[in-house]
Amino acid sequence: MLEIITSPTSFFVLLSLFFIGGTGSLLLRKDDALANIWSSFFAIAGSLWGLLFSLTTIISGHTLSFVVGASPLALLSFSLRIDMLSAFFTFIISLIGLFCSIYGVGYIKQYYKKYNIGALGFFYNVLLASLFLVVTTSNALFFLIAWEIMSISSYFLVVYDRNDEDNIKAGFLYLAMTYVGTAFIVLAFLLMYKFTGSFDFETIKRGAIFIPLFIKNAVFIIAMIGFGTKAGIVPFHIWLPAAHPAAPSHVSALMSGVMIKTGIFMMMRLFLDMLQPVPVWWGLAVLAIGSISSLLGVLYALTEHDIKRLLAYHSIENIGIILLGLGSAMAFYSLGMPSLALLSFVASLFHTLNHAIFKSLLFLGAGSVINQMHTRNMEEYGGLITHMPQTAFFFLIGSMAISALPPFNGFFSEWLTFQSLFQGIVSLDFPARWIFVLASGALVFTGGLALACFVKVFGVTFLARPRSAEVAHTKESSSSLLIGMGALATLSLLLGIFSSQLTFFIEKVGNSFTIFQGTPSLVSLSKGQALTVGDGFASVSGPAFLIFFLVAIFIVIFITQSVISRRQKITIGATWDCGTDMTPRMEITATGFARSIVLIFKGILKPNIQSEIEYHDPETRYLLKPRTVILSVRDIHQSYFYEPLHAMVDALSLRAKKMQGGNINAYISYIFIALLIVLFATL
Amino acid sequence: MTVFIWIMQCIFIPAVSPLCIGIIKKMKARLQNRQGASMFQPYKDVWKLLRKDEVISRDASSIFRLAPFIIFTVTIIVGASIPLFASFLSNTLTGDMLIVVYALAISTFFLALAGMDTGSAFGGFGSSREMTLSALAEGGLIFSLLTVALINGTTNLFAISGSTMFGQDQYFLSALLAFSGFFIVLLAETARFPYDNPDTHLELTMIHEAMILEYSGKRLALMEWASANKLLIFIALGANVFVPLGLAKTADVYAVIIGILIFLAKIFMFCLVIALIESSMAKIRFFRLPDLLLASFILDIVALGLIF
Repeated sequence: MLEIITSPTSFFVLLSLFFIGGTGSLLLRKDDALANIWSSFFAIAGSLWGLLFSLTTIISGHTLSFVVGASPLALLSFSLRIDMLSAFFTFIISLIGLFCSIYGVGYIKQYYKKYNIGALGFFYNVLLASLFLVVTTSNALFFLIAWEIMSISSYFLVVYDRNDEDNIKAGFLYLAMTYVGTAFIVLAFLLMYKFTGSFDFETIKRGAIFIPLFIKNAVFIIAMIGFGTKAGIVPFHIWLPAAHPAAPSHVSALMSGVMIKTGIFMMMRLFLDMLQPVPVWWGLAVLAIGSISSLLGVLYALTEHDIKRLLAYHSIENIGIILLGLGSAMAFYSLGMPSLALLSFVASLFHTLNHAIFKSLLFLGAGSVINQMHTRNMEEYGGLITHMPQTAFFFLIGSMAISALPPFNGFFSEWLTFQSLFQGIVSLDFPARWIFVLASGALVFTGGLALACFVKVFGVTFLARPRSAEVAHTKESSSSLLIGMGALATLSLLLGIFSSQLTFFIEKVGNSFTIFQGTPSLVSLSKGQALTVGDGFASVSGPAFLIFFLVAIFIVIFITQSVISRRQKITIGATWDCGTDMTPRMEITATGFARSIVLIFKGILKPNIQSEIEYHDPETRYLLKPRTVILSVRDIHQSYFYEPLHAMVDALSLRAKKMQGGNINAYISYIFIALLIVLFATL
Repeated sequence: MTVFIWIMQCIFIPAVSPLCIGIIKKMKARLQNRQGASMFQPYKDVWKLLRKDEVISRDASSIFRLAPFIIFTVTIIVGASIPLFASFLSNTLTGDMLIVVYALAISTFFLALAGMDTGSAFGGFGSSREMTLSALAEGGLIFSLLTVALINGTTNLFAISGSTMFGQDQYFLSALLAFSGFFIVLLAETARFPYDNPDTHLELTMIHEAMILEYSGKRLALMEWASANKLLIFIALGANVFVPLGLAKTADVYAVIIGILIFLAKIFMFCLVIALIESSMAKIRFFRLPDLLLASFILDIVALGLIF
């Protein structure tokens, strides 16, 4: 039975399910409802099959490797290799794909009669299939093909809601950034090909010792830019807050939860597996990038009042946290501490899984709200908890998980990341130790700011009085949306409670790496399901915390409600209004909530603030002239990196344009000169 | 015997915390040449509020109704998970410094949400200020605890409080600097001067009081009690993690009694210092506070650097 599930045939079944789902929904495009049901059904079936396939592969620990058919080109081979890491990412893709597809069944209904549902189903299925391919190919050219399919299908999903001008712009930015990233990835593979003579991942890995250090370093920087663009590290993140909000919400969830992780997947594959051994500074550089991404990500998130852009910035933050784990793993291994490296690697894999779960939960929750409110602007929400109590509850769980509050899953992976950073401070020397100190500092402040940000999101969206009339017309989402969110929320809690068992499960994935084979583990399970790091350096128990909490809250409620006095009345009154009428304008806004933090960090965020004040009478300076204040925070990378770059490219193109005079004689002479140069060069 | 000590450990914080507030209030009154209310007045206040009727805003949701119970419960759990008077009790389940910090963050999270829930401008701004300060205080809090954790080679708070590494000369300066960093955070997290004024409802200055403005009756009692618990939790952390002296090291009756007496004496010292600070210092402008919290973080970084 196990052999059947982990066979190549089974993988083809997986891909063909998405293929049938995609093409079928194109054929059925005349009937919206049928196309939706067809494409969702096959996406769900494919994801379920993927779950079974990946879990069996991880449990059996068996690497599946095979080549499909003959290829027309010598260097391209359709070879697939599904090892533990691939299986782990396949697991994440299937898990999130499953719940996003269930959610999609109900969510897509709003597009009926408006857009082509068949096309949506087609690109959605293609995206899922290409995600599976990206994490399982083992040939660079085949990988690039899968990578391109993934990028293009997601582009069409980003611009799906095409009546909005902004979405088209966002799609174009996404496409441009993706191609810049892909260009770097191609360059990295070409450099490796030059010295190893192969595009096959296994051959590159065996030949990695022949790559000179200088080239290796170049490959690192180029690959970091290429895959970092997809993962959304600062400063290559600018497409992410534009593109993720534009897509339909279940696609945003898939993109933020899973697609950006393919960049992380390739970083793990390249830096911890294929290119080993690597210099120490690679790991330290990844740590530094992770720190900057996590801090800037959360700071920009605080300035946002578009709920989906805000969540997209939080993806950048969490990619930073994952990189903190990955970077310390690389640094530890290069410094000869494989056990610590394994610990950090497990932390980063665990956070990858956790982030996929709570981020897609939050995007789906935001999608439900947007579906009802028809705007992404948080300033128009408010009081939604009375209209959508279940959505609010699931969103609350997502908020607590992403803010790393115990006993939800986010806390435990952040705890492991903290522990590996602390171990770095203990066991390393100057200067690596200080990079670990600063990385821990970044993680600490990121945690605090993320908490503030989610108080803002939840408070402004769901609590207090409605800020616009639209709120009165909202109602709870349909059951398919609630099932998708509820399942993810439950997983968020379960993964927290079973965090210790999961850590061992993920450690198996880590141990499958060549460099971690037989590495002694630093984590152990002690009494009371406590996850222990090192020889009692630190330990924590998810189940114990939950049980203590439940018992204590039961006692507290029992005593206050039943023992002390039962005859208390609760009067419902108005909020204290200082004698005026309470209007929505008196509530705090999302912008106002984050205002003090934005002002404290104004050196980094550079907000535009009202600069001068005009008076009716400049002498007395009492009566101000009425004026509009526009407060905005622009991404500094936009103004200091991308715009100068854009201006430079523009100027260069203008110069180059002069060559194109329209004179045919000039063109012939260009050809002649080019020919001469080539001749001399070859001689 | 051990079971009995564990029960004492669990109820110690809520039992003593109102006294702590009472002592500070009494001392402040004496410093202002007033007689002041009895030290046990906070107990009477809590008891009175617990039996009163309640008024709840019609805008408030279930978050507002549930928050006091969640916040109070969190302070009870955290109070039981930190060393108080006995270091021989070992807690490897919830005694880690990070889970203590993040569990307290749960209470901050719900406190801020409850503040926003009624839709009053006071509550919203209180929440905004509270989250700003607690986000910035997190650095000083975790790094000060981390410094002593690294000195002792464990992040478990019970293990730290039972260790003898503190006395060694080479670590004295680090521990002292980390303690100063911690004390700055203590004042911020427990809403005392110079961050917040616990005695006033003046809208320009208040943070904590603004968030609980709409509460009444037993929910107000729980909120006030939880904030007293939080004060005592921070005092206990300062007293036992940074000055691990006098804690009972064995399950011996005399050792435990001495441990309790010494801990009460330490609490008294902390209350005295807080009362002196509140009587001699003005509240600092809100946008100056980040400087203070950053100073705490830098003190901890220096302390960390001095360990090695």
